[in-house]
Amino acid sequence: MSGDPILTVDRLMMRFGGIVAVNALSFAAERRKITALIGPNGAGKTTVFNCITGFYRPSGGAIRLAHDDGRTMQLERLGDFRITKQAKVARTFQNIRLFPGMTALENLMVAQHNALMRASGLTLLGLLGLPSWREAEQRAIELARTWLDRVGLLSRADDAAGNLAYGDQRRLEIARAMCTEPVLLCLDEPAAGLNARESGGLNELLLSIRNEQGTSILLIEHDMSVVMEISDHVVVMDYGVKIAEGSPQAVRDDPKVIAAYLGADEEEAIAVMESGT
Amino acid sequence: MSATSARPSHAAQPSGSAFILKKALISAAVALVLFSLMIGIRTEAGPQGGLIYWTRFGDLAALVGTVFGGSIIIELLRQWWGPIDTDHIVPKPVQAAMSFAGRWLAPALLVFAFLVPVIFYNQRYILDLSILVLTYVMLGWGLNVVVGLAGLLDLGYVAFYAVGAYSYALLATNFGLSFWVCLPLAGILAAFWGVLLGFPVLRLRGDYLAIVTLAFGEIIRLVIINWQSLTGGPNGVSGIPRPTLFGIPLDNSDDGLAAKLGIDFSPTHRIVFLFYLILAMALLTNWVTIRLRRLPIGRAWEALREDEVACRALGINVTTTKLTAFATGAMFGGFAGAFFATRQGFISPESFTFQESALVLAIVVLGGMGSQLGVALAALTMIGGFELFRGFDQYRMLVFGIAMVLLMIWRPRGLIGHRAPTVYLERNQAISSDLVKEGHG
Ligand SMILES: Nc1ncnc2c1ncn2[C@@H]1O[C@H](COP(=O)(O)OP(=O)(O)OP(=O)(O)O)[C@@H](O)[C@H]1O
Ligand SMILES: [Mg+2]
Repeated sequence: MSGDPILTVDRLMMRFGGIVAVNALSFAAERRKITALIGPNGAGKTTVFNCITGFYRPSGGAIRLAHDDGRTMQLERLGDFRITKQAKVARTFQNIRLFPGMTALENLMVAQHNALMRASGLTLLGLLGLPSWREAEQRAIELARTWLDRVGLLSRADDAAGNLAYGDQRRLEIARAMCTEPVLLCLDEPAAGLNARESGGLNELLLSIRNEQGTSILLIEHDMSVVMEISDHVVVMDYGVKIAEGSPQAVRDDPKVIAAYLGADEEEAIAVMESGT
Repeated sequence: MSATSARPSHAAQPSGSAFILKKALISAAVALVLFSLMIGIRTEAGPQGGLIYWTRFGDLAALVGTVFGGSIIIELLRQWWGPIDTDHIVPKPVQAAMSFAGRWLAPALLVFAFLVPVIFYNQRYILDLSILVLTYVMLGWGLNVVVGLAGLLDLGYVAFYAVGAYSYALLATNFGLSFWVCLPLAGILAAFWGVLLGFPVLRLRGDYLAIVTLAFGEIIRLVIINWQSLTGGPNGVSGIPRPTLFGIPLDNSDDGLAAKLGIDFSPTHRIVFLFYLILAMALLTNWVTIRLRRLPIGRAWEALREDEVACRALGINVTTTKLTAFATGAMFGGFAGAFFATRQGFISPESFTFQESALVLAIVVLGGMGSQLGVALAALTMIGGFELFRGFDQYRMLVFGIAMVLLMIWRPRGLIGHRAPTVYLERNQAISSDLVKEGHG
């Protein structure tokens, strides 16, 4: 694949005991593009995400992240929270993981933890309430307000995250990930459980994140209408290996992809074939 | 979709007389099995050294009957009172009461606390009791950082109390350092021990963490008992210097405070001084905690309690965040320990048993985890209430236990279970306790 990849996954392996969840998977995600990772249930998509974001240590292979300034980072060596803190990769979860007992605004403030820790002089300056800290906090609140506004949750800013409707929680989780100011945003099935209108709104949100923030997006999605409409590039996995990749149209017409989906679940295969027609 | 429709139903709890009866019968059956041997048959060594026994079926029947009746009553009470927050959204009256309490109760308590030595100047007993209550308020606020905010179950908090107390006692008796020099040292040493314990332990979660902290509390106590050359072992450390008012002792010597002010000496002066000292220390703890909650570190503690995995995904270093919570809590415990040593003038390992840890933890849980006002109220209730029941003599523990059980049925998330947000755009509204997680490790 040509171009300027931000993320390069090279022969990634992930074994769990005897199970090979990801088997020598290689693909690249272009900078400022939306790359979709699709595949039937149990194909290993979430496992790939967990490797990229440091929740799993890969059994083999390399994951390289190339920043705009040319620095590259080996994510598989970074591990844990440093992937978000230093490599600036943010993620959301397949089953939403907000802080339910904190308000929407607080959720977004927690996301700015590292920047705020620096501004608060590792807490000491903040404890004294120095003006520089108060300004930094105000800026953080403004950033949170901006993102709440963009995901349409400004009026719910002071409500507990656990009290929000399902679709609102999904969007809040995306806003929270964006508050870490990532260069790569990994979304695990963001449209799951959304109705048609909400998923349309999600498409617009993701496109605006790509266009305005210039954030590259890696997307796992079952909802083919989302995949076909917004992704620039699609990678298809089955049983831990890549079976196809290319533009949404090319992938949709690929017989191997249709076969994989037919083998897994007939309804999904039909969804793949019917979408876009 | 409105927020209310997203909430799971709480109406699923079974009720009805059949259910209550069944539950009571099961309880009675369990009681019968348990007590048939313990109470039903009494054995004793006879005059010839042989075992004689007799039966007490009457007592057994009475007991089983009591359990049966009690079980019905408790179940009925539970259904009448119900847990107050069966709603995800804090109901309006509760919100109003909350803001009222927040606005008036805390300042009223504070003013009252300041006036206690004035009102009860001649009642030594009440002054001593107030000092005790305030010590537990401070310990509760300290542990609240660990348990209430960060959600780490620490059953060995007394260890840090002990480290603080022994730090002051040993530094003061061996090196003649004054209380005001030792106080920060005691806090730092306790925090240091907190970090030392934290490193290996904090990757454990939930029950495992609780057990290891429990063991740590015991280890510290055993070390104190056995390291006789340093700590004096079971005999403890005596002759710990009393605190001074910036170098001026509070005794009846010529350069004592009374002599300097030209007033008659009275031992109450020292008590009043100790009272204001612990009040100031407790308030400092409170102030620091409230501020920390609004700083990124405090928010990270609470986020950790809510969801550790999400914290990692946001780039938060979970280990150091837990360590800071542990160290901060330990530091306040150390301060309180130093105060304890200077107040008593004598400390021994007996003051630092698991019972103390359990008591402080009970205060935090009863107060409503994370709530500063709740913890203060709980300390007042627990320590003050315990004294109140002194009249019940041998039933004191029993009455107290029943009162606690009833309180927890009535308010399962503690006296003040709601969580106040640390930052808001427009509305500062409390968050219902059902949504707030208790932490898992
Ligand atoms: N921690 C783990 N331990 C053992 N096996 C695992 C683990 N995580 C994932 N697997 C296995 O790896 C395979 C791929 O799982 P994964 O969750 O990545 O699939 P997925 O493509 O995300 O599926 P879905 O579309 O259902 O979310 C599955 O067979 C799963 O059982
Ligand atoms: Mg998945």
